[in-house]
Amino acid sequence: MACILAVDDSASMRQMVAIVLKSAGHDVVQADDGVHGLAAAKERPFDLVLTDVNMPAMDGLTLVAELRKLPSFKFTPILLLTTECSQEKKMEGKAAGATGWLVKPFDPDKLLATIKKVLR
Amino acid sequence: MAIDLEQFKGIFFEESFEGLDAMESGLLEMHEGGMNLETVNTIFRAAHSIKGGSGTFGLEPITSFTHIMEGLLDEMREGKREITPEITNVLLESVDVLRELMVAFQNHEDPDVTHMEKLRDQLTSIRDSGSAETDRHSDSQDDDETPDTAQTEAKETTVEGWNISFHPHAGLLKTGNDPALILRELSDLGEITIEVDDSHIPSLPEMDPEACYLSWEIHLKGAITQEQITEVFEWVEGDCDLELTPVYPERHREDRRSKDRRCATSDDRRQENQRQQARRPGDKAPSTPATTIRVDTDRIDAIIDMVGELVITQSMLSQLGEDFDMDKLDRLRDGLEELERNSRDLQENIMRIRMQPISFAFNRFPRVVHDLSQKLGKKIRLELIGEETEMDKTVMEKINDPLVHLVRNCLDHGLEGPAERMAAGKDDEGYVRLNAFHQGGNIVVEVSDDGRGLSREKILNKAIEKGLVKETDTLTDEAVFMLLFEAGFSTAEQLSDISGRGVGLDVVRRNIESLGGGVEVQSRFGEGSTFTIRLPLTLAVLDGQLFMVGGDTYVLPLAAIVESLQIRRDALGGVAGDAEVYRLRDEYIPIVRLSEVFSTGEYLDDLENALLVVVEWGEKHIGLLVDALLGQQQVVIKSLETNYERVRGISGATILGDGTVSLILDISGLVEISYAMQDVMKPRLAVENGRRVV
Repeated sequence: MACILAVDDSASMRQMVAIVLKSAGHDVVQADDGVHGLAAAKERPFDLVLTDVNMPAMDGLTLVAELRKLPSFKFTPILLLTTECSQEKKMEGKAAGATGWLVKPFDPDKLLATIKKVLR
Repeated sequence: MAIDLEQFKGIFFEESFEGLDAMESGLLEMHEGGMNLETVNTIFRAAHSIKGGSGTFGLEPITSFTHIMEGLLDEMREGKREITPEITNVLLESVDVLRELMVAFQNHEDPDVTHMEKLRDQLTSIRDSGSAETDRHSDSQDDDETPDTAQTEAKETTVEGWNISFHPHAGLLKTGNDPALILRELSDLGEITIEVDDSHIPSLPEMDPEACYLSWEIHLKGAITQEQITEVFEWVEGDCDLELTPVYPERHREDRRSKDRRCATSDDRRQENQRQQARRPGDKAPSTPATTIRVDTDRIDAIIDMVGELVITQSMLSQLGEDFDMDKLDRLRDGLEELERNSRDLQENIMRIRMQPISFAFNRFPRVVHDLSQKLGKKIRLELIGEETEMDKTVMEKINDPLVHLVRNCLDHGLEGPAERMAAGKDDEGYVRLNAFHQGGNIVVEVSDDGRGLSREKILNKAIEKGLVKETDTLTDEAVFMLLFEAGFSTAEQLSDISGRGVGLDVVRRNIESLGGGVEVQSRFGEGSTFTIRLPLTLAVLDGQLFMVGGDTYVLPLAAIVESLQIRRDALGGVAGDAEVYRLRDEYIPIVRLSEVFSTGEYLDDLENALLVVVEWGEKHIGLLVDALLGQQQVVIKSLETNYERVRGISGATILGDGTVSLILDISGLVEISYAMQDVMKPRLAVENGRRVV
């Protein structure tokens, strides 16, 4: 089972993501913004990072770009949890180094199916 | 296993209300010209989170409404739209609308959408009149383009399979995508055959280990739609060359099986896929969202520690009890002491969970002051002091309305318009100050202004006119001002829709007194007024003094007791009417005979050596005559109202250690009963005026 870093400034969203992932047997570390997410990532590697885009302190796109600079996160799948689904936003995410995205509204089954796509 | 998202609704609502508060204060800041990017970002994020969450919980009106707001805010954030007072006002109203919708959903009611629809139209017209390219935020959430890599307009129903040519660019791996995983996902769709082309792998010295040099030719068999396939490649679009060619049944192609090691058999995958689909959450009836409270983990950890200690003490005691003899008496005493300490600590800490900073109640006032000062054409500054002062959540919820009432009252009646202020030699901007602090077992909230102050004359005339007092009565300023809190009293010359019909202040007093508190007012004509609310810190537990009257045990809140004494005959006296008073040092204290109030049928003719408990009643003192004083102990307050009915003079009941029920006295109620038993208004005012009358 994978160890997953979930970054979101919304406590309800973060907890939902965490519960769903834990119910599928994964370990989850939570962070409430990009700064804390990055700090957590520097502590240890993760199998997958899920991050919100709009966050205070450090937004999701910056976090992705920062994570990609860390050797242990060079090829780690990083998914953006977003309500944006315009092509432009997706391209911004990819340019920052995101692996893919998961469009809200949040759906537990969709989340599990999606992370399965990227977990080795 | 289905996961019930309903359980997160409570957190979502709480978070959304916080988000709305943040939006509101941000918008107010913006309105006052204090605009910076972080403010707009904060507002945008709040709207964004609410949109995301409401979508998850299926609260459609909120989702579509915040979608429009978000679009506007995004343009403001990116500097594409000018921020005008009109826009901030509409956005402020939108915050109200969202709050209304949230409350309705929280209470499982059908929301009233008329207000929302009106504002939505306003927002839409602002958006459409705007400068920016708005179509990017148009209502359609799905502006996905169909990838142009598709070369066919094939009718999927007739497709037997697909030939896929997948040529990743060298940088595909850098986004964390893995071709092997993409192939694995494809194999979930149908029977798959994969050929790998490794001809582009350079010699070792020239190889970049982070680049992708492989490409694949894939044959996928099955009635698969083009969307299904493009979805698999969605994340690598632009990072690879992809060619999709449909295979039709008539054009049978030779099976070209590959020995690709990286591809698992498709059957396992399909089963896995089916398992996943089988776990759709069932239709569950929505559960009532519980009201939640946020607690620091530190506080919870402390409680868990204490529970641990309690368990240890308990097991120690039960061990002791198994073979107890009198030699172990000391150990038993120690154990019981320990138990007492544990339970007390635990209780204190659990009570602290319910404590929240009063800023939760204060936070709404910037908006109230903003709206009202605009409406009234007054310049008003709001000052908040002691926002971190903690109080019980229940008390806070109940103090909200009285506070709003007092603040509105200050704005409407207390503070003057700029012209009047200038004429009076004051700064044209007035202030309303909310100040909260702890005092003894109480929390005190002061609402003050530097407005015109209360007019003793006006109030007195009105009171005489209404028959509340007689012209001959001599009253202190405080006593006159307290008349404002009498039912039906109003000094406003004309009724306004802001502080209402002047029916308010008596309601304010009743609400506060029902919480076991009190309200007072001080004022200097021309300089301003201060309304002071005093409330108990918590409504659940009380430090009580037990005493006897007529053979029954009663409880008084310890915090209210000033002192207890034995009556000396020479200090007894009588005033106008039959009111008995007792001289304590320089003060005359009215005596309330509890045996009379409770009609026990006993009457002490000689008060010499009787016990008098002196208690606070507002700023004054009252002496309660009791038969005997018992111990002090903490009591858990049980509501009489929910279990029986409201009884005047009794604030609740409790169960004592020996299992008997005891009533908790409400001092202001008792005093009222006592005076009602004598002459109604006169002695009371005389008492308030004690020092001068006697």
